[in-house]
Amino acid sequence: MRENHPSTNSEDDHRSSLLDLARAEITESSNSKSRTCGGFPGPGSGSGPSEPQAPFPDQVLENVLENVLHFLSSRRDRNAASLVCRSWYRAEALTRSELFIGNCYALSPTRVTARFTRVNSVTVKGKPRFADFDLMPPNWGAHFAPWASALAQAYPWLEKLHLKRMIVTDADLALVADSFSGFRELILVCCDGFGTPGLAAVAGKCRLLRVLELVESVVEAEDDEEVDWISCFPESQTNMESLVFDCVECPINFQALESLVARSPRLKKLRLNGFVSMAQLYRLLHRAPQLTHLGTGSFSATEAGAVVDQEPDYAAAFEACKSLVCLSGFREIWADYLPAIYPVCANLTSLNLSYAHVNADQLKSVIRHCHKLQIFWVLDSIRDEGLQAVAATCKDLRELRVFPVDAREGTDGPVSEVGFEAISQGCRKLESILFFCQRMTNAAVVAMSKNCPDLVVFRLCIIGRYRPDPVTQEPMDEGFGAIVMNCKKLTRLAVSGLLTDRAFEYIGRYGKLVRTLSVAFAGDTDTGLKYVLEGCPNLQKLEIRDSPFGDGALRSGLHHYYNMRFLWMSTCKLTRQACQEVAQALPNMVLEVINVNSEENAGDVEILYMYRSLDGPRDDAPRIVTILH
Amino acid sequence: MVFEETELRLGLGLGLPGNEAELGLRKRGFSETQTETTTVDLMLNLSPKESAAADGPDPRDNTNTSPKEKTLLLPDPAKPPAKAQVVGWPPVRSFRKNMFAAQKSSEEESEKSSPNASFVKVSMDGAPYLRKVDLKMYKSYPELSDALGKMFSSFTIGNCESQGFKDFMNESKLMDLLNSSDYVPTYEDRDGDWMLVGDVPWEMFVESCKRLRIMKGKEAIGLAPRAVEKCKNRS
Repeated sequence: MRENHPSTNSEDDHRSSLLDLARAEITESSNSKSRTCGGFPGPGSGSGPSEPQAPFPDQVLENVLENVLHFLSSRRDRNAASLVCRSWYRAEALTRSELFIGNCYALSPTRVTARFTRVNSVTVKGKPRFADFDLMPPNWGAHFAPWASALAQAYPWLEKLHLKRMIVTDADLALVADSFSGFRELILVCCDGFGTPGLAAVAGKCRLLRVLELVESVVEAEDDEEVDWISCFPESQTNMESLVFDCVECPINFQALESLVARSPRLKKLRLNGFVSMAQLYRLLHRAPQLTHLGTGSFSATEAGAVVDQEPDYAAAFEACKSLVCLSGFREIWADYLPAIYPVCANLTSLNLSYAHVNADQLKSVIRHCHKLQIFWVLDSIRDEGLQAVAATCKDLRELRVFPVDAREGTDGPVSEVGFEAISQGCRKLESILFFCQRMTNAAVVAMSKNCPDLVVFRLCIIGRYRPDPVTQEPMDEGFGAIVMNCKKLTRLAVSGLLTDRAFEYIGRYGKLVRTLSVAFAGDTDTGLKYVLEGCPNLQKLEIRDSPFGDGALRSGLHHYYNMRFLWMSTCKLTRQACQEVAQALPNMVLEVINVNSEENAGDVEILYMYRSLDGPRDDAPRIVTILH
Repeated sequence: MVFEETELRLGLGLGLPGNEAELGLRKRGFSETQTETTTVDLMLNLSPKESAAADGPDPRDNTNTSPKEKTLLLPDPAKPPAKAQVVGWPPVRSFRKNMFAAQKSSEEESEKSSPNASFVKVSMDGAPYLRKVDLKMYKSYPELSDALGKMFSSFTIGNCESQGFKDFMNESKLMDLLNSSDYVPTYEDRDGDWMLVGDVPWEMFVESCKRLRIMKGKEAIGLAPRAVEKCKNRS
């Protein structure tokens, strides 16, 4: 499970880092003659008023600067520093070691490697979030391959690679494994395109590997290609600190895994996939009682014992793990085994039961021990009753996610405004909530806005589209309005239910810090979107689907689009003509029009995906994507 | 080892041959979007296009509805219950959508009286994880033994593969088998007794079987007296 602390979510830039890079590029090319700006005279030039004439004052300054800049880690600070003057720009470029690319198509890999020469850590993000829900054609893009080859050439000392929503192939992973001898960390989040052969290459060749995390990525067995990658790790002691493979849908060689764990004394994070049984987990816990983060695998038995023979003392095994603070997994949970985790509950700060069908009683038996819990992910099978139990015990809760077991639109569900309000009453420190339900009232949402003023992330998904408040029959405008009004730190918002333009008026007026906004089946007219585009200066990521916003609304954001990571609008009322106009008005924006169902040159636009780019449109777009310029 | 039917592991073994592929995971590479979101009850008369293949949202769908129409949409009794799925809605990732299917199949397994399916867990000594089978899918012991053979193909089940289980009625052959190190299928019946598979008529077996375990012949020897006893009682 991703541990996004809400207030430092790296997804949301405070400022547009790419904009700063762009400005810096322009500054560099226009100042080609002077080496510095400011008041230091160069050797041989006219003297300044009262400066001492040191031999190479510029050089001294640059050395000092480089040394100072080494300590600057925040990329926003670095972006600011790079804008001061050319000298600072160069010094910053020489000293930046961590690279963050929020949109892989915003610039070309060669531009990156030309500017930054001493990078040892790279993060690249690809597809927009709506691609997770099958709204993007599967071959749309975000291929890691061109980045892989550029990075392999430019940074042979690369240590860390973090990719999100990219297509990564086995060949890419093999290239990574071959190219970076000091490679230490590979984190793949929501990626696909690779399988066990790629993992085997990394495990086998990256002898210094410390971190291998596969998070919500699609890794499946493809017939003959399945490889026993766990056996590929070096046979001597490893440096492994974190091994996360809970999303890998392939059986695992348990003996090899056990041996790997046994020879990895620094292992702290281990998240197993559903092919690891309870009995196997038991053995692993004995090998690694020092674990701090554990994904339990299936948490069920594999052998249907004829006699109930001595089942190992699972609770004792858990109890021996004194450092355990984060628990997840439970992929095929046998509820009878739940008591095994009681001994560690008191220390847990993070618990993810979102794959486990536990009912209210089962949950209560666990949650009543979890006084320190800060992060809790769960299925709505626990019902309002379960939520009330959470509210009663978890006074320190910061992040709650409640996922639906049955994601179909219905009238009643197991959780509702009752549990929601209980949470708001009991968990006053709440900062982040994601809540799926079939019904919600404005009153409950207003209550949360008042009880939980620290909310930074508020994502409410009423599964039934266009649902009004079931008690008052009113739209949900007032509830969401209260959230933006009262939660002054709010940066991420997702809305649902029946919403009129008024809801957007509230967002535009009060949501001044909102950076990410997610809208679906909402609003009445263009005015709604206008409120938001005109009112929210920090908006970075705007994703809208199935809402009646059209060309007029699109035009109202022209002043702001270049500051954003992206704009997504699908099944709205945009015309191709208007998109063309925007493309012409904003030459540095790339407008991708994707029409899956209709003709290539249809007047209507099914999907508009728009983002800024320093290097123009990409050249790997599939036929289904039309790039306007 | 190569285990092919990984779909069963995810609880998708609904017993219908076609469904396994449909409900399967997204393949890597560039294959078409899976249809998991649009498989059921596509009779919403919002727009016929909504029920088309899961390629993308229909542009003519909601964009023309006026605000007033929207409030009438859901409570309208003329529409069937809103069980149809819209692509990508609600915004849960596909592995979470499969949770419902997984729960369904585990519920079905615990309701033995379900007329449509009779799921039992199958374990094999030495195999790392369980399978589930729907006994109602098979009509005879040879069919079941075939299926088990495929499921645990890396292991030999010995005589069972070729001959089915009927040889257990023959006492001496039974003893031979149990003395070998081949695998022997056993099951737990409603009384909680562990029996050798094959000693009761098929229908009776389906009704009474709660769980299957494929164990080594040597370990099954303990069951032999009971099996032989029940044989004798019947003849």
